[in-house]
Amino acid sequence: MKDNGNGLRIIPERCTGCRQCELACAWVQSGTFQPSRSLIRVHVFDEQAAFAPYVCPQCAEAWCLGVCPVNAIDVAADGLAKLVLDEVCVGCKLCVIACPFGTIFYDPSVGKAVKCDLCAGDPACVRACPTRAIEYGPSEAGRWLVDWGRKINEGYVRAVEGG
Amino acid sequence: MLYGWTGKLLRVDLSRREVRFELLNEEWARQYVGGRGIGVKYLYEEMDPKVDPFDPANKLIFASGPLTGTMASCGARYMVVTKGPLTGAITTSNSGGRWAPELKYAGYDMIIVEGRAERPLYLWVFDERAELRDAGQLWGKGVFETEDSIRRELGVADCSIAAIGPAGENRVRFAAIMNDKFRAAGRSGVGAVMGAKGLKAIAVRGTGAVRVARPQAMMRAQWAMRQKLAAAPSTGGMARYGTLGLMNVINEHGALPTNNFQLAQFEEAEAISGETLAQTRLLANKACFACTIACGRVSRVAEQGIDRYVVTTSPRNWRHASEGPEYENAWALGADCGVGDLDAIFKANVLCNDLGMDPISMGATLAAAMELYEKGVIDEAQTGMELRFGSGEALVSMVEKTALRQGFGNELAEGAKRMTEKFGHGELFMGVKGQEFPAYDPRAIQGMGLGYATSNRGACHLRAYTVSPEILGQPVKMDPRQTKGKAEITKMFQDHSTALDATGLCVFLTFGVTLEDIHPVLVAATGVDYTFEDLVRAGERIWNLERLWNLRAGLTADDDRLPRRILEEPIPAGPARGEVNRLGEMLGEYYRLRGWSPKGEPSREKLAELGLS
Repeated sequence: MKDNGNGLRIIPERCTGCRQCELACAWVQSGTFQPSRSLIRVHVFDEQAAFAPYVCPQCAEAWCLGVCPVNAIDVAADGLAKLVLDEVCVGCKLCVIACPFGTIFYDPSVGKAVKCDLCAGDPACVRACPTRAIEYGPSEAGRWLVDWGRKINEGYVRAVEGG
Repeated sequence: MLYGWTGKLLRVDLSRREVRFELLNEEWARQYVGGRGIGVKYLYEEMDPKVDPFDPANKLIFASGPLTGTMASCGARYMVVTKGPLTGAITTSNSGGRWAPELKYAGYDMIIVEGRAERPLYLWVFDERAELRDAGQLWGKGVFETEDSIRRELGVADCSIAAIGPAGENRVRFAAIMNDKFRAAGRSGVGAVMGAKGLKAIAVRGTGAVRVARPQAMMRAQWAMRQKLAAAPSTGGMARYGTLGLMNVINEHGALPTNNFQLAQFEEAEAISGETLAQTRLLANKACFACTIACGRVSRVAEQGIDRYVVTTSPRNWRHASEGPEYENAWALGADCGVGDLDAIFKANVLCNDLGMDPISMGATLAAAMELYEKGVIDEAQTGMELRFGSGEALVSMVEKTALRQGFGNELAEGAKRMTEKFGHGELFMGVKGQEFPAYDPRAIQGMGLGYATSNRGACHLRAYTVSPEILGQPVKMDPRQTKGKAEITKMFQDHSTALDATGLCVFLTFGVTLEDIHPVLVAATGVDYTFEDLVRAGERIWNLERLWNLRAGLTADDDRLPRRILEEPIPAGPARGEVNRLGEMLGEYYRLRGWSPKGEPSREKLAELGLS
């Protein structure tokens, strides 16, 4: 288990709206160029000259996780990323409704929820961004979340093992 | 199974209000690659080049390439192919933004538009669904409002829209097709063809995929190309100043056409340069889809400019950000009209975007009118206002009047050639084949003269950008004053740029990479084992097919000509003082290198070699 919680930091002032991050994420999801499958989305506000990549902030208190009736959303071992456990998810979409940011999606082709899992520590969107508008590194929330995640995780392990 | 290409196209018959799906001709796709290439092939095979550009029998083709919508840097482009109302020649007008990738994701490489709608319509494509919808309420509206209205009506926020403004509806001969509000298939009047067809817009949303043949090779090749592009110094320059960074450079070389090519340097160039824009009005850089350069300028008028140059019919909030101006626009609306106020240029440019017009032809036509006015050929009774070089008021006002064909704008809407001829001074038209010159004086850059003269769509800087070797020193430095070697480099640049246009990538890639870097990306994406020579040959094939089309349309070697001013009136001052363009020293050699007769007709051997006989 890593003990630093790395997360995505988005710097909208650097974004040019090129959507390379969407293409890279979609490539991870589907092996094709299909931005509709991307979990990161770039929003363009023309009249304000603003572009904003938008992706799951990996909430400390994650409503998707809390609302899931079958506990299909878990916290990654490093304590930050919330993961959808494919084998548990029943595709009820409650998480999609609960998420206040609209960053967890339902994939009709497999009938499961999908969300950003930080690419297990090597996010494709970060590599793809030509202007470093998305950075991956220690985040305040992440450090704080390490302990919390470990606690949750240990509790989960205990529950499963009946300890 | 095709990779890179989607393998399907949409055929839209406006007269019968029908949309049909069709399979792409795979053999043509391999031979002509895509984009400009396959669009030209379909137009060549399907349409009589002699029809009037506004006749329902003229076809309007939107063609993406196999790399459009992929992760390859700058894979955003589509080409509009049709008979140009400004030129009577085949035209190929390119645009970026996000529209073409959406079309690919919806599942189509091309849209072919035929006929004429009885009442205004727009096309809505959403994956496998495509329908023609009523556009009566949109007719007369600007591009920005049209986009917003359509998006509201469809309720699909993520759709991308290509539309015409009032200029296209009014058949202004240099009306553009705009997409994503600020991107333009700008030249030769493609928007007027769309207007004549009664098609207001095409909205597209796609949720599907572009699949590639060799995924790992594709990712390696596109990454290698992208790294090389990022390392090139000019890429950084484009990010810093956009294309407008050229203003000072070209002015310093004495190659910046000013006051309708009467001068080749502009005293106020600095005030309208990329540097000035960056310091005073630039808000952000904006990229087209998948673009890692981001030359787009998001900017705003300066505070002191907000209440100046006010037009009445399309009031807007000038505190809002908008895009541009690019180098070409700032040159045509600025230096060529003698206007040195960036706010006037900015407003004129925004109006061109919203009303749907090519700012190059707009500015150049106005510049010709200003010369007529200052020479006393036309007067205020005809023009309705003073048309003096340097007048920002005249500039902004005439842009609006032209799009709406009001007053003297009705004359300007015909383009500089028809307008100057009407007033008996056709020699003041600065262009080729009816299309106005862009922003490089061919007297100071010899190769550009040959490029302008032989461009199949009329005067154009993008068909053979020999400014690269002649001014910028890429890939090798050539003396802009010499004609030696210019025929060869012009032919090479034409063939390479044409091949690049066919891939669906952006020609600005060539500021940092060459066709050789693009070649492995194309092979990996399509799985077609083109050799590099095959790709160059495809470019040459497309170039020759455009030429054949033009010959069938009635154009001849006489149309490969430059105006008298360029050939006989030396540049009066500046670094290029005393220069004229020596086209005669280059044109014959160019025809020979092309394998064309002295009359500019491709020889039988050349056609056989290219598979065109």
